[in-house]
Amino acid sequence: MEFATYVPIGQYIQRESAVHGLDPRTKIVATGALVIVLFFVPTFAGLGACGIVILALLVASRIPLLFALRSLRPVLFLLALTVFLNMFFTGGVPSRTLFTIGPLVATEAGLRAALFIGLRLLLLVALTSLLTFTTSPVELTDGVEWLLRPLRRFGVPGHELAMMMSIALRFVPTLLEETERIMKAQMARGAEFSQGHILARARAMIPVLVPLMLSAFRRSEELALAMEARCYRGGSERTRMKELRWRAADGLAAVLIGAACVLFLRVR
Amino acid sequence: MREPFFEVEDLRFTYHRQSDRAQAVVALDGLSCVIGRGEYVGVVGGNGSGKSTLAKHLNALLLPTGGQVRVAGVDTRAPEGAWAARRRVGMIFQNPDNQLVATVVEEDVAFGPENLGVPPAEIRRRVDQALDAVGMAAFRRRAPHLLSGGQKQRVAIAGVLAMHPESIVLDEPTTMLDPQGRAEVLEVVRTLNRRDGITIVLISHAMEDLIDAERIIALDSGRIVLDGPAARIFDRLAEAPLGPLAPPPIAALARWLREDGVEVPPGVHTVDALADALSGLFEPGGASHA
Amino acid sequence: MPDPLVACEGVSFTYRRGTPMEALALRGISVDIRPREAMALIGPTGSGKSTLVQLFNGLLRPTEGTVRVAGQDLWGPRADRRRARQQVGLVFQFPEYQLFEETVRRDVAYGPERLSLGEAEVAERVDEALHAVGLDPSRFGDRSPFALSGGEMRRVALAGVLAMRPTVLVLDEPTAGLDPRGKEEILARLELLHRQGLAVVVITHNMDEVARLADRVVVLAEGRVVMTGSPAEIFRRDEDLRRVGLGLPQAARLVRALRARGLPVADALTMSAARAAIVAAVRAGT
Repeated sequence: MEFATYVPIGQYIQRESAVHGLDPRTKIVATGALVIVLFFVPTFAGLGACGIVILALLVASRIPLLFALRSLRPVLFLLALTVFLNMFFTGGVPSRTLFTIGPLVATEAGLRAALFIGLRLLLLVALTSLLTFTTSPVELTDGVEWLLRPLRRFGVPGHELAMMMSIALRFVPTLLEETERIMKAQMARGAEFSQGHILARARAMIPVLVPLMLSAFRRSEELALAMEARCYRGGSERTRMKELRWRAADGLAAVLIGAACVLFLRVR
Repeated sequence: MREPFFEVEDLRFTYHRQSDRAQAVVALDGLSCVIGRGEYVGVVGGNGSGKSTLAKHLNALLLPTGGQVRVAGVDTRAPEGAWAARRRVGMIFQNPDNQLVATVVEEDVAFGPENLGVPPAEIRRRVDQALDAVGMAAFRRRAPHLLSGGQKQRVAIAGVLAMHPESIVLDEPTTMLDPQGRAEVLEVVRTLNRRDGITIVLISHAMEDLIDAERIIALDSGRIVLDGPAARIFDRLAEAPLGPLAPPPIAALARWLREDGVEVPPGVHTVDALADALSGLFEPGGASHA
Repeated sequence: MPDPLVACEGVSFTYRRGTPMEALALRGISVDIRPREAMALIGPTGSGKSTLVQLFNGLLRPTEGTVRVAGQDLWGPRADRRRARQQVGLVFQFPEYQLFEETVRRDVAYGPERLSLGEAEVAERVDEALHAVGLDPSRFGDRSPFALSGGEMRRVALAGVLAMRPTVLVLDEPTAGLDPRGKEEILARLELLHRQGLAVVVITHNMDEVARLADRVVVLAEGRVVMTGSPAEIFRRDEDLRRVGLGLPQAARLVRALRARGLPVADALTMSAARAAIVAAVRAGT
């Protein structure tokens, strides 16, 4: 049950690589652009091209491929479910029937569509994982904060959101550890978390969720006090130790990704 | 005579319970004391004695409901007085986890100077110096949740040091630590006081934590009940425990021995001091003083 | 010798097995818990103490070796691990952080309710457990656990485990974070429970507590048992303890310091024993 410190999704892997060295803003925008492309690309060939780009980036980032593959494991179930469900919807294209389950009909066209959706989902997860593998939480929040700054005049509290993100990321492993501890403590008193129907299981989680929430509230009070004690007054006159800086590599990456996006959208 | 750094005058603090707004709790009931620059003061008291509340007045996290607190001559209730106090007085809290705000050690240490608007290159310098001062330089890129309690507290101290404070107030910093963590933290604090002259106010319910303090202030029910040189206070408590306040075990033992006719001098409250004192009673070839 | 309540034979445990972050926590440990004994489990941080006690009640499964509770292999084909969790009452560090119910009574009742006992029996056990930790049910029973002091909350958590009527009580650092008064209350309660026949196992960093409570001490280092014996035997081996990163009770340290200065003082583990030993040595020197 020690999932606390080992969840490949979202984890930052520190390496020296071309991708790691890019400005986080470049990476965030590039990821956003590629995500949009993934949703608009109409063919398998297009998806395949995206896949090749993502793979190339992964290799360039020097993240061990096996590790990256393992990060896809948690989504495999969702993936399989998605593919399975989508087999039954074809959108009216006539094609061969593969099999039926009661009133539901699985067709060849349906299968093809389902696989397309499944592949797209896979690539989405791989792409976003790539972002979080190569960009530290600090960089991510700094990048997001900078990108949100122009929205300040519309009342979007960019700095506060970034701070919230950063603190949340900081405490996720801590809270996961605490959840595990509380679960074990209640199990020592006879609690069962893996038995019974869904309602019973939900109720069984109350002795875990209540202490966890109380603890989270206590943490946030204490943390706020500690931040005030260190003269935190919000984002107004803060400086940053690590300033974001554009480099030539960012320009190059932007051009390459931009070109790739345009290209993929036109592949038929 | 040392220049006064903290001046507390007839400090009172009353608050209302959240569960029952009508009920007023008097946490501090008229405290007065002066702490000089460079002093190492231990504040001790049982639960509910007000020691934590007092600590929070020293850096203006709380403001008095009566009386006054001055930090380096500035009233904490003056406009910008609170922020002036917090620039000079760093604070370390009991729970090591709930003070670390960043995902990487060096980012957390940088948090304070960033809030002060220090230029980036200078922040970098301060972070490196602070991590060196607490012996955590090797952990600069580590994630906080992977550190031990003692290590987390040292990172918290580095975070405070990076703000170049004149004083550090530590509110039960070792209560949640194991003996190793406790020793690490107390050693860092001792060095900061002796080598760098930082004024230290260390709050604890354990007398053993205050072994380095030159002066002890004891609180009970929001009032100061004892205030004096540490050795004298330990002996005084060994004479007669005061409420929940007990002396360090060695001081108590020293008193028992005096009762039994063994002449142990006053001011003995560590193992080595007692061993030295007792060996002095066994002159080679001479009779012992029993 | 009567059968042990819990018997671990050759147990090993690896965290995160099969991942790049694998960590061997326990290596081939054989240790048992005897009826009515008071055992202290000590060792430097990271030596595997907290892991070991989770093997006792089946929260963790050993990667090697067997764990028997009341003679039954916990991981055998007919194992009843639920029963083991009732027989081996495990109290984690800072147990007050697991309280969740609206009233003290209801929280303490959680354990017995999981045992499918009748209402009357549950109520009886709740009262019994609260008395055992020194909390008067009529005064504390209907209060919210979160309105109590830290020490009181901890005692409620302890009562919650006692209400299951375990044969052995295992506590991970029961006095951690408490002020001197709170520490004294818990220790006094544990001594009382032990006198009443409960086997007690305590993980602690406090050597003075070991000297006070334990009949037997098991010392762990790097996942192995490196020493066992009575407190007197263990604390005589101060060099070995220091090498492992452990200290001595204050009284024992004082005795060492006096002997180092040429003063022949008898062994002492508590301050009162030290007092007697010093006075005797001083008088003998006359």
